[in-house]
Amino acid sequence: MEINFTHNQSAHCENGVVSNLMKFNGFEVSEPMVFGIGSGLLFCYLPFIKVNHAPAFTYRSMPGSIFKRFAKRVGVKIKREKFSNPKQAKARLDENLEKNNPVGLQVGVYNLTYFPDEYRFHFNAHNLVVYGKENGNYLISDPVMETVTTLTESELEKVRFAKGALAPKGHMYYPVDFPKELQLEKAIVKGIKNTCKDMLAPVPIVGVKGIKFVAKQIRKWPKKKGVKVANHYLGQLVRMQEEIGTGGGGFRYIFAAFLQEASVVLKNEQLASMSKEMTDIGDLWRDFALDASRIYKKRSKKSDGYNDIATQLETIANREEVFFKKLKKAV
Amino acid sequence: MKKSDVPQDKSNLKSSGFKELCYAVDEKGEYTTEKSTGWEPKTIALDNAMEDINERIAIAKGKVERNETSPIEYYMELAKMDLPILASYVGIWQWRVKRHFNPKRFTKLSNKVLQKYADVFEINKEQLKDINHGN
Repeated sequence: MEINFTHNQSAHCENGVVSNLMKFNGFEVSEPMVFGIGSGLLFCYLPFIKVNHAPAFTYRSMPGSIFKRFAKRVGVKIKREKFSNPKQAKARLDENLEKNNPVGLQVGVYNLTYFPDEYRFHFNAHNLVVYGKENGNYLISDPVMETVTTLTESELEKVRFAKGALAPKGHMYYPVDFPKELQLEKAIVKGIKNTCKDMLAPVPIVGVKGIKFVAKQIRKWPKKKGVKVANHYLGQLVRMQEEIGTGGGGFRYIFAAFLQEASVVLKNEQLASMSKEMTDIGDLWRDFALDASRIYKKRSKKSDGYNDIATQLETIANREEVFFKKLKKAV
Repeated sequence: MKKSDVPQDKSNLKSSGFKELCYAVDEKGEYTTEKSTGWEPKTIALDNAMEDINERIAIAKGKVERNETSPIEYYMELAKMDLPILASYVGIWQWRVKRHFNPKRFTKLSNKVLQKYADVFEINKEQLKDINHGN
């Protein structure tokens, strides 16, 4: 059986799944709109969590929170299920497909066979849609892929029951109840306010303060950790900025696209100019990644250059601080 | 980022047959999407991460050959895992898994425990006992 589901490629998996599921249910919502209303933009430095033997950085909010906030703010109800038993998880999935209901799944990336090898890490917060089953194979719409693909039953079970941090435990979700008409205005304002609050949070590892903190750490890394580890950490910082499809701007371009769309919906000219500003900030992130890559490219043992990129990061932090203070007042 | 600036560098994405989607502005300043074949700074970061893993695997292999650790550590690195991840896959406490890295203890492990590790690494028990088995 195959559900008449349209696959649209997106820059990021969670926005893409939400946007595609909304479109399937007859609501035209773009990826940036989901990202903005769901307050996806963030910066967070988690030195106490090690991913691939380096501290964790994130440029977006917790996995799952974008959909959660988006749904709440536009008045969509989502049903979520987690399972301890893989057989039960499969049965519930099959039941939904029988009912022509495509579902979103949280999966681990490591066993996604269609991903290139260097993306296959033990990262458990990827999202995709299952929209049918044919000859025992599940039809998969992975939003970051250009086209749809398939996974066998055992392959899907493996990724649904990946272990480690943020283990998906078969997590399955789909919207069940919709408002008659989608009221975006209030949701947009809430989304923007929330993002401003997060980015300006008085917490040393979050938002603008978090960026400044990392900049300080970067200056220390070569001495404290040795150049090899410092390079590894820097690579991690850029890899997280880049996940898949953020175009180098660490999600800043998607947010800028959202602001542009929001300025039309809210008839707010200021948001359009702020979108341009965010694009410029995204470009700064891109330049930062480019310069950082020059340092770790040669895997050299020299420790110069670290101070320069730390300064760059501080400039970004200051720009974002001014930006989000202004944005808070703009809505 | 302008649409024309969306990077089209060589990367392993291309060899896997897919491009990623990026948001960028067109000539009129309107946001639109453009496909990208990859971006060098990211490719380098990914390549370095892979090299680091390969280095870790090589070190673990050497340690197994010198009888300083058990094959479990080698297969753990091979599967890009670390101790917490491996422990949660096999369902054994981290401190016990760590003890199983001890070559002496490893030889005394029961078939049941060995099978657990073999299942996680998707190999058979002979391969688990000898990292060069079948290669």
